[in-house]
Amino acid sequence: MDVKHEMIKVYISGELFHVPEGSTIIMALEYAGFQLKKGIGCREGYCGACATVYREKGDYKLKGGLACQTVVTDGMAIAMIPFVPAEKPIYDLNDLTPDVGTFTQLFPSVFRCVSCNTCTKSCPQDIEVMDYVQALIRGDIAKAADLSFDCIRCGLCALRCPAEIVQYNAGILARRLYGKYLSKNSSELDARLKELDEGKFVKEIEELKKMPDDKLSKKYYSREIKIS
Amino acid sequence: MYPEYMMESIKKVEQTRPHRLELAKKLGKQVFPRMGEQERADILADYHPDYKDDALRELRIGPNKNDKIINEVVDVMESYPRDYPETFDLNKVDIETDVLIIGAGSAGLSAAIEASETDAEILLITKLRLGDSNSMMAQGGIQAADQTDDDPVLHYLDVMGGGHFDNKPELVDALVMDAAPSIKWLEELGVMFDKNEDGSMMVKSGGGTCRNRMHSTRDYTGAGICRVLRDEVYNRPDKIKYIEYTAATELILDDKGQCAGAIIYHLESKQYSVVKAKTVIIATGGFGRLHVRGFETTNHYGATADGLVIGYRAGAKLMFMDSVQYHPTGAVFPEQIVGFLCTEKVRGLGAQPVNKDGELFVYPLEPRDIEASAFIRVCENNLGVTTPSGLKGIWLDSPLIEELSGEGTIEKNLPAMLRQYKRFDIDIRKYPMLVFPTLHYQNGGLEIDANAETTIPGLYVAGEASGGIHGRNRLMGNSQLDIIVFGRRAGRNAASKVKTGIQLGKLSLKHVTDYIKEVEELGIDKKQIAPIILPDYIPDHVKAKQLSSEFQGTLF
Ligand SMILES: Cc1cc2nc3c(=O)[nH]c(=O)nc-3n(C[C@H](O)[C@H](O)[C@H](O)COP(=O)(O)OP(=O)(O)OC[C@H]3O[C@@H](n4cnc5c(N)ncnc54)[C@H](O)[C@@H]3O)c2cc1C
Ligand code: SF4
Ligand code: SF4
Ligand code: FES
Repeated sequence: MDVKHEMIKVYISGELFHVPEGSTIIMALEYAGFQLKKGIGCREGYCGACATVYREKGDYKLKGGLACQTVVTDGMAIAMIPFVPAEKPIYDLNDLTPDVGTFTQLFPSVFRCVSCNTCTKSCPQDIEVMDYVQALIRGDIAKAADLSFDCIRCGLCALRCPAEIVQYNAGILARRLYGKYLSKNSSELDARLKELDEGKFVKEIEELKKMPDDKLSKKYYSREIKIS
Repeated sequence: MYPEYMMESIKKVEQTRPHRLELAKKLGKQVFPRMGEQERADILADYHPDYKDDALRELRIGPNKNDKIINEVVDVMESYPRDYPETFDLNKVDIETDVLIIGAGSAGLSAAIEASETDAEILLITKLRLGDSNSMMAQGGIQAADQTDDDPVLHYLDVMGGGHFDNKPELVDALVMDAAPSIKWLEELGVMFDKNEDGSMMVKSGGGTCRNRMHSTRDYTGAGICRVLRDEVYNRPDKIKYIEYTAATELILDDKGQCAGAIIYHLESKQYSVVKAKTVIIATGGFGRLHVRGFETTNHYGATADGLVIGYRAGAKLMFMDSVQYHPTGAVFPEQIVGFLCTEKVRGLGAQPVNKDGELFVYPLEPRDIEASAFIRVCENNLGVTTPSGLKGIWLDSPLIEELSGEGTIEKNLPAMLRQYKRFDIDIRKYPMLVFPTLHYQNGGLEIDANAETTIPGLYVAGEASGGIHGRNRLMGNSQLDIIVFGRRAGRNAASKVKTGIQLGKLSLKHVTDYIKEVEELGIDKKQIAPIILPDYIPDHVKAKQLSSEFQGTLF
């Protein structure tokens, strides 16, 4: 890109670099000469690999954010956190029930939440983290699943939690329990599975597989379109 | 926020909006006529990047010698290995396993889960972390014909038509027939599909589909699936071993020509290990980071075609590597998100593409190659909008969505999109998004059969790295489907093949030695090496001072 940018100062792990204004933290690191091997994944805010803490000039607060989604400011001090050594209980979803008991057993730490809201404030996805933790304490799995839905597992909440809760691991369990046990079955899906088991469609597909391109093309262009 | 001069154009979009809203209310998606067969062929020939004279060139080496394929892919194919076969003592095996899976997107993760249903030993290696992949990034949806008015036969027709009838029929058969069971499998693992009160699936249409068949998990469909698969892998530590931040850099064969493992490279410690495996699954995904024709990409950082390179060197055949999928709607403004995907679901929900004067110019949901070509045509005819950094784009009129379906529709259905733009001060409920085609998907890949196996015994390929399923153009939602369908097939078949009692002979890298000879004969510069592993975005003036950077365009 050939736009002229002002250069600004940033401190990467304490070292001073000059980088173009408007860069995201990832772009700034690359401009400074780092070829990243850790702390980077999708580069678009979906994978949570790029958790970073930073402090802006004149601010006493330590903030957290995604390096691929946060624009650098002049004087910003940056430290990336490519890995959070958090605890993850092992379970077999088939043995679990979608209730509070499961969390008492697998995530006893959840019940130590002191409602300080630090997690919510540190979430780069603007998730009401504390609220989903509280929902779990009440045994409201559906609510926790819903509220935690946009979690990308960046780890920033757990890093700051005074009660040592690993919110995101509890969150995914809630969502999996919801998906498997609490959401209603689709009767259409079940009916289709039955039809497939009975071998329906096999013959028709076999015919299409053998059909010459021109015939298939005619069939394709003349198929009825029913979308909304 | 948009600069003043772009706001001028937005005003025109606002002026035409009421009329377009009326049209949409009356005609649904049919606000502009669909193109017929001839029109499609013409616009592709005139505007699609693949059809430019210099897009392709002849590959001079390996099983697809003399085929014309994408330039940037020829470059990585006609490259030297990172390290020479003599470097490795294959008599000293560092790790031994039954099934080696390379790559941990949803294809690799599904393969691992399915393989772990047997008693085979499984090793999963990936160069970033588990799940850091294209799979995690999909927003729009996953196709499956599970509705009453739909069936796998119609799905089959759509896949073939979208792919211009070049697809391998046996693979399409597998894809559409395994679709509903795959959705069920995912739901049993705890994926939260979007549903109506009564449990029925909320399904939408997508480019090139004749029915509403797109299942979603809000606009985090890829993550909704991939993070569940990853959690399941974490939960099977006794059965699935995994190593992160480690890339496969070469396949190992045995003296009988069977696939027998891989050389892997630990990125931080820069050590190599020799892995001996009875079967190998390549699930390394696509090639967006090759930036074909200089295009920006939607792909994750590790999408560098590594699997193609190592598979090809070992003798596996490529299929359809003459076509690239450009997603019609990549962001071109603001600069920090250039190339990022604006999911097709935005159009699925009713947003219309319009030119700088706010005029409709194409049916919003043509197959991707057609839609992308239409956008390029508008921009080449100076009816697009130019950004401050010189990129061109057309408007995707997102505010229309809420006018059609009510306030809150965007927040509910496109939370990821809304957030993405909000981070950079644009509210897509009020202002349209400026978009242009972006390099999105590798249509072709290593050829497989319906078992996901290649012509090399014991070598399987699943997911975006494979070729044949989608012909020369994939439809939205069929990739998320294929990674599950063929990931599972690969895992199951690779594990059951182990059970048949594979006897591996002497491990060998002779195929690499032979390959090097051919590359040398072509007079290729020694600095040209592959697999790339991770791209290099360090600016040239900095690079010039990094004297230890041995290799061009890749990891050092
Ligand atoms: C932004 C975006 C949106 C999309 N939206 C949709 C959608 O809505 N619907 C749809 O159907 N499809 C969509 N797609 C396409 C689809 O998501 C991908 O094609 C699919 O997920 C590919 O899955 P995969 O497992 O084959 O590869 P990936 O998910 O990319 O995984 C490949 C893995 O292999 C690793 N790897 C690569 N090379 C090596 C190596 N040498 N050694 C070790 N590991 C390696 C990578 O790091 C990565 O973890 C989208 C893609 C993108 C990028
Ligand atoms: S909930 Fe925690 S792990 Fe998830 S995105 Fe927010 S801060 Fe990151
Ligand atoms: S940071 Fe920890 S203790 Fe505080 S509200 Fe969040 S979960 Fe509760
Ligand atoms: S790199 Fe994936 S969220 Fe930033």
